[in-house]
Amino acid sequence: MSRKELALALLLAVLCAATAALNPRFLGVDNLQNMARLTGLFGIFSIGLGAAIITGGIDLSVGSLFALQGVLLAMALREWNWGWAVAVAAALAGPAALGWLHGWLVVRMRLQPFIVTLCGLLVYRGAARFLANDETKGFGSGNFGPLRALAAGDVLGVPMSFVLLLAVAAVTGVLLNRSVYGRWLLATGRNEEAARYSGVPTARVIMGAYVVSGALAGVSGILIAFYTNSISPASHGNFYELYGIAAAVLGGCTLRGGEGSVTGIVIGTAILQVLQNLVNLLGIPSSLNFAVMGAVILLGVLADELVGRWRPGGGGGRPNST
Amino acid sequence: MIPGGADHPLLEVRGVTKRFPGVLALDGVNLTVKAGEVVGLVGENGAGKSTLMNLLGGVHQPDAGSIVIDGRPVEIRSARASIALGIGFIHQELTVLDNLDAPGNILLGREPVRGGPLRLLDRAAMLSAAREPLARLGIAASPGVPLRDLSLAQRQMVEIAKVLSRHARLIIMDEPTSRLTPAETDRLLAVVRDLKAQGAGVILISHRLGEVGACADRVVVLRDGRNAGELARQEISHDRMVRLMVGRELARAPARAALPERAPALEVRGLVVRARPQCAVSFEVAAGEILGLAGLVGAGRSELAQALFGIDPPLAGDILVDGRPVAVRFPRDAIAAGIALVPEDRHTAGLVVEMTVRENLTLACLGQFTRIGLIRAKPEKDFARGRCAALAIRTPSVEAPVQSLSGGNQQKVAVGKWLSPPPRVLILDEPTRGVDVGAKAEIYSLMRDLVEGGVGILMISSDMEEVLGVSDRVAVMHEGRLAGVLGRDAFGEEAVMRLAVGSAG
Repeated sequence: MSRKELALALLLAVLCAATAALNPRFLGVDNLQNMARLTGLFGIFSIGLGAAIITGGIDLSVGSLFALQGVLLAMALREWNWGWAVAVAAALAGPAALGWLHGWLVVRMRLQPFIVTLCGLLVYRGAARFLANDETKGFGSGNFGPLRALAAGDVLGVPMSFVLLLAVAAVTGVLLNRSVYGRWLLATGRNEEAARYSGVPTARVIMGAYVVSGALAGVSGILIAFYTNSISPASHGNFYELYGIAAAVLGGCTLRGGEGSVTGIVIGTAILQVLQNLVNLLGIPSSLNFAVMGAVILLGVLADELVGRWRPGGGGGRPNST
Repeated sequence: MIPGGADHPLLEVRGVTKRFPGVLALDGVNLTVKAGEVVGLVGENGAGKSTLMNLLGGVHQPDAGSIVIDGRPVEIRSARASIALGIGFIHQELTVLDNLDAPGNILLGREPVRGGPLRLLDRAAMLSAAREPLARLGIAASPGVPLRDLSLAQRQMVEIAKVLSRHARLIIMDEPTSRLTPAETDRLLAVVRDLKAQGAGVILISHRLGEVGACADRVVVLRDGRNAGELARQEISHDRMVRLMVGRELARAPARAALPERAPALEVRGLVVRARPQCAVSFEVAAGEILGLAGLVGAGRSELAQALFGIDPPLAGDILVDGRPVAVRFPRDAIAAGIALVPEDRHTAGLVVEMTVRENLTLACLGQFTRIGLIRAKPEKDFARGRCAALAIRTPSVEAPVQSLSGGNQQKVAVGKWLSPPPRVLILDEPTRGVDVGAKAEIYSLMRDLVEGGVGILMISSDMEEVLGVSDRVAVMHEGRLAGVLGRDAFGEEAVMRLAVGSAG
């Protein structure tokens, strides 16, 4: 682990210890399980967002994408009676294709990622509400093959979504740190021109990052849909892209690009979940939820910046291991 | 020439010296400009013209010597102070904002405002204030038309009007015509004569000796940071300027043994670059040869290199490597064909300076270290260590970020990333710029090793000693065209400069 990741892990440990000291219910099995489950659900798409951020871009569309995907998935399974495997395949392929479209618009049409994905945010939300006729869609009590178990089940007491997150993190971590694509991604994010002068196909690298972001959002989206079990198209997934961005930034990605670690993003996601839990358990008015999260992220980023100034050249965010 | 009479000259630069770390940029330079006089200032790249102008513009202060305006010694500590003294700059790169109209540009930063707490712009006052300087140049104010809708020459006129509106009496033009068409150039030179007739002093810096000859009353030549000589109106001629610019007899580098006839490693036929669609370039680089590519800044040399490497693919023409035609659409096509490019700017293009020495050395050849798509850490690290040892790259470790290295060592990394396996054609754009003397020698010896191994090197350089000392032949570019190719027997600074400035005149 790099120094930055260690510092984050330490922050997570301190938050857990403090909350546990103030309210022992924090350590209850149900509470821990629930936090792990939510970390799993949010962590998977946060890693994808991290890929877009490492290119120096952003993906604001994931929250709306969850609504569109969730509505369509519920309608496919309940109203059109698709087989679960077919529906899942479509629910994975669709977001990946939209990610590819985002990348294409960014690279080939030279549009700014913020604008491309902001339009995605608006369009997908509108499409979800239109297709669902603004009605809440749901899965009822069916199991739909392994889908419900994946979203809500456990293995040996560990929530399935958390196990899935660890698997995704292991694969993406190896890809980022040890594959040619990962090295190209980091180089392109740092200095696209220099990467191009080294023969790196930067256009494909950037498009790839948006496909990864879309695809991992697709995986998360299915799990989130089954976790909530009902999808209200106007509110499902609202602000989730901001949770993801927050986790990535807290986890060591800079919006300038070229920096980021999978481990950092996973810990960052966990910190956000613990903060929410802390707000609940410590009796802080839940209306302050966002304010607490915002303040902690700001302090974290500020601390990192100040430490970086003390150690010249030591931004610290180099991904070394997963 | 309008004599200054008993009065003081407008500007006197007396014995000015300026030293930067490692370079003596100016060494006791003198320059006088009288009111109503146009002085041409010429010199090779790096002769000290820009430094001298930076002293007048308040960017730097002289280490010794003095600047005297209207007979009073002055210290120019900032751009603001320079403007207050009546000095106005017309830069090579336009500094006007193309989203504002002409009056908006001319009055930028000192807009007239109406009274009241909102400080609203007084458009009427702006228009009337802008009208006078524009009228002096014979152009209309065209209020409301953003500059992006005007031609380059018109924008330049606005820039001049901006300078005039500040009551500048000494106007310094740095390569004002480099991007103008011949007709626009004539118009600008007419404006220069008008300014002179109205009593302003003008310093005209230009590589185009023809236009300097056409409108200067006097020409001051700088060479290696010193005054190389001065030509009065009747003495000005193309050849005399070139001779003064070049001056010294360059000690001939020891001639290399005559090259055996070798097949060309690179053949370029009728290559057309996007930046200059009207020019086609053809040349060859033999295997085992260093072809120097000389020319003035802006002659199109880097654009040629970028076209060959697929950064900005050529519009037309053929590229052959070892006799085989290659289609270069992306850098990876060039790399696959055996062409490598070390670009002029290490920091933005040659290296990812925030990444480590290891990561930079292997970025262009990662495929060599992979198994099932994953990079194997140990072979990669061993390779990087081996490169550092072979090229004497001085770094605390291969894991150090490249930006922590000295310029010379950074450059060795930028070259070293292309050497495994060695390319067939290596293009080096200003290979020793910002590199200390020791590393320079190491880079030259590395180049010699490569050509002995049969690599063809195309070396773009603005350093005359480097061009003549290292190359086997020298090709010279002038305004996008190949002006000529000199063999070793025809080498000479004067011969190169004559081609570089376009010896039509």
